[in-house]
Amino acid sequence: MAKLLPVLSLLLLAPLSWAIDPGKAFDDPELQARYERIISEVRCLQCQNESLKDSNAFLADDLRREIRRLLREGKTDAEVFDFLVQRYGEFALYRPRMRGQTLLLWLAPLFLLMAGAVVAVRVVRGRMALPIDDEPDEQSNGGKDVRVADRS
Amino acid sequence: MKLRYLLPIAVFVIVIPVFLIGLSRNPSELPSPHINKPAPEFELPSLHDAAATVGTSDFAGEVALLNVWATWCVGCRHEHDFLLTLAETGGVPIYGLNWHDRREDALRWLERLGDPYVASAYDADGQVGIDWGVYGAPETFLIGADGTVLHKHLSPLTPEIWERDFVPKIKAARGE
Repeated sequence: MAKLLPVLSLLLLAPLSWAIDPGKAFDDPELQARYERIISEVRCLQCQNESLKDSNAFLADDLRREIRRLLREGKTDAEVFDFLVQRYGEFALYRPRMRGQTLLLWLAPLFLLMAGAVVAVRVVRGRMALPIDDEPDEQSNGGKDVRVADRS
Repeated sequence: MKLRYLLPIAVFVIVIPVFLIGLSRNPSELPSPHINKPAPEFELPSLHDAAATVGTSDFAGEVALLNVWATWCVGCRHEHDFLLTLAETGGVPIYGLNWHDRREDALRWLERLGDPYVASAYDADGQVGIDWGVYGAPETFLIGADGTVLHKHLSPLTPEIWERDFVPKIKAARGE
């Protein structure tokens, strides 16, 4: 068994052989890092919950090939994203850029947070206005908590 | 003072229609950024003759359909009979973009099922597909005489869809 262990542990490496897009696309490590970052931020349109990096759909393969070509031509990240948005729309990016129709998408969380803050402040203020007396008054109402008394 | 109790109900009344509309939409049907913009130009080998080319210049100056199809595409098989009907009676030339396919398979398909296309371009590696924002098959583009993309449809064509989405736009494009 002790001899088998190293052999068996090699089996753990087997899933690597199923990797999508294995091998390095670029010799330049900086370019390779940019390439990997871009493909992890672009949605595979054919299988919408996967990024180009994770998808083995042929469309993802096509798009990876295009992105490699654009990077080789010296295009900037922004230009690569523009290329994709022009063809597939803002939806192709996992982080849509902030502009026009995506403005609501970006600002909605802020708006909801502010609305929540307003509600929280009002509730807390309302509570603060109540009598501080926390002890149930056993003599007058038999131990019932007066804090739930009707405030309307 | 009672107004504050109505507020949650008011929010509910506003939010529910928004959710209902959201749920009734198909998230896999993406709006095309090409609509009302010039169609991306292309020139590809013809499916039937590798030496000849088929491209946007072939349908310049007329209202035309570009149908993205492939032999592995079940939806394409579904719409094929309607495309044949359309080719005869629709009054609009249909051009094919054979996408990610094998030439011999595609040719056999057309031979066996009939060929609704004026011409088919052969896009083996999906290069033109990317320019057109194709992300599945079938897809059908309606292109105006001036080369503008007027409409894109994302599932098999049916007579109902044709009457509802294409016919009014074709009439408008021709100024009828």
